Amino acid sequence: MRGAASLNPGNMPNEPEDKQPPANAAADKSADKPAADAAKPAAPPAATPAAAAPPKPPAAAGAAPPTPPAAKPAAPVAGAPAAAGPPKPTAPPKEAPPKPEPLDNDLVKRYKQRFGEGIREAWIDRKQSILVVDAAQYEEIARFTRDQEKFNLLADLTAVDWPRREKRFDVVLNLYSFAKNERLRIKVHVGEKEQISSVAGIWSTANWLEREVWDMFGIVFSGHPNLTRILLPDEWQGFPLRKDYDILTQDTAWIRENLGIESGQ
Amino acid sequence: MNDFLKTDAREVDPVLDHSVDVETTVLGADEIIINMGPQHPSTHGVLRVKLKLDGEKVVGSECIIGYLHRGVEKIAEHRTYQQFAPYVDRMDYVAAVSNGLGYCEAVEKLMGVEAPPRARVIRTILTELQRIASHLVWLGTHALDIGALTPVFYCFREREEILKIFEKYCGARLTTHAFRIGGLQYEAYDELEADTERFCKDFETKVDEYETLLTENRIWIGRTKGIGIISAEDAIAIGATGPVIRASGVEWDIRKAAPYAAYDQYKFDIPTGKNGDTYDRYLVRMEEMRQSSRICLQAIQNIPTGPIMARIGKVLKPPPGEVYHAIEAPKGELGYYIISDGTTQPYRVRIRPPSFVNLQAFDTMVKGHLVADVVAIIGTLDIVLGEVDR
Repeated sequence: MRGAASLNPGNMPNEPEDKQPPANAAADKSADKPAADAAKPAAPPAATPAAAAPPKPPAAAGAAPPTPPAAKPAAPVAGAPAAAGPPKPTAPPKEAPPKPEPLDNDLVKRYKQRFGEGIREAWIDRKQSILVVDAAQYEEIARFTRDQEKFNLLADLTAVDWPRREKRFDVVLNLYSFAKNERLRIKVHVGEKEQISSVAGIWSTANWLEREVWDMFGIVFSGHPNLTRILLPDEWQGFPLRKDYDILTQDTAWIRENLGIESGQ
Repeated sequence: MNDFLKTDAREVDPVLDHSVDVETTVLGADEIIINMGPQHPSTHGVLRVKLKLDGEKVVGSECIIGYLHRGVEKIAEHRTYQQFAPYVDRMDYVAAVSNGLGYCEAVEKLMGVEAPPRARVIRTILTELQRIASHLVWLGTHALDIGALTPVFYCFREREEILKIFEKYCGARLTTHAFRIGGLQYEAYDELEADTERFCKDFETKVDEYETLLTENRIWIGRTKGIGIISAEDAIAIGATGPVIRASGVEWDIRKAAPYAAYDQYKFDIPTGKNGDTYDRYLVRMEEMRQSSRICLQAIQNIPTGPIMARIGKVLKPPPGEVYHAIEAPKGELGYYIISDGTTQPYRVRIRPPSFVNLQAFDTMVKGHLVADVVAIIGTLDIVLGEVDR
């Protein structure tokens, strides 16, 4: 619940209210009772105006409390996103459970033999092999993966943002080998100001996939033939899939200039 | 399996030249750049293509996408696992059931649960019907783009029957949200088997009907044979999957390579092509429809009894970790890469859309062809822009 409550607030107007039923209900009830109690003895003779009157104070009292809780959680998210989002993304508790199953099969041995320290970690999660490799040897490892290990289909290339980690991004490659009918996942840690070599020359599909990662995360792939935004407009500011980019954030300047409206909502 | 190699491609079509780059080449005397889309009926949505032409020949191209971008992956991070399920239906909206299957199975894998056998079989039936429906939309619109007006009416007539089955099953026709994480919400309605059987038996003659309209048709052959050739090597490098790669001779189908749902119980063939051209992709998809119908007929023979929902709580908190789950959607490999941090909301959901990746092959396919063929090539890739842009 903690994570849900801390992440949600910015979402939709009704959600924070849904999340706070106890507070609201309590506020309503406490507001209701005294108001009703006060109204009943105070104004019995004037039946119609009194009946119309009591609902108002509770309505006003009821309307007041929901707004602060709705506004409160929204503020930290917009103001200090890194503080609001990450309580749940903290790296240690997350990565701890998958690791108990280290991967140590022939495949990893071959990689380790060839690259030594270039292979940082290897583990199995949900029966899927994961390798974490060193950014310096990434391109070489990618080439080896395609040519020697025959993972010739780059099914997917994406990234994940872990804002609290020293090197905040994971670039993730999901590979498939037709020859072995196996899948392999390769991860590289990339810092915010760092660049990573492009693998578009190794699997040409990486061309658009890396452009999408640049578009959404702002990770620079050095040596990419055409690293421009692909889904968002070229002039857009900000990288939407970063954790500190709130879901309601927009490039208001771009929207005003290009769509002629104040908000994209 | 005989791979269709680059050298073979050149033999079939000597004009194939992959060396022209739209950005770097200087325009020749007869060269112009034209813009196709985003408002163009044959781009199947809002795809914009910049074409560099030499006379009427395409020498370079650039796809401009993103007009339908809705930030689905970002939305996923702010919804619970169940809340996000209806969103995936809106990506490939002509194959919503397949999207839902991939997502539900990915989350199930993440949680370490499995849907009960009855649910898996019903899922298989509906997903295969959806594959037929998706291919029917492709066939109808593709033929329409190329100039054959009739098939679209036939195709939509049959598709309607499938949509009726969906409607009877869950009340929705297009964005069905038919499956739930852990199984199904709705028990199969009484006549599901009878309806499916009637449709599939009928359908086999219908596919023959489409084929009599197109397969031997001289205009159809003229417009599709040798058009948009891609070799197996190129297709793999570009990451193409599904019918696109199979038409280039790669016999690969995730339903066989890594069976999910109940596919391991049924017999079906993987159709492949030889030449990797538009005509072969047409034949592959036609055969796939027959095979899907065959799977449905086998599946209704023996739907296991039992529960339709695995025993999972109402609040889903998958243990921390990550999973990549891919299914064979009508358009190719549809992958979901989901990272859980142990809360009710995914930390990251990455959707690997087949259309997005397949569209990259457009540039390779279109070079050297005429403007009129651009339409055929967009059609043969079978893209849905809702999925390309997400």
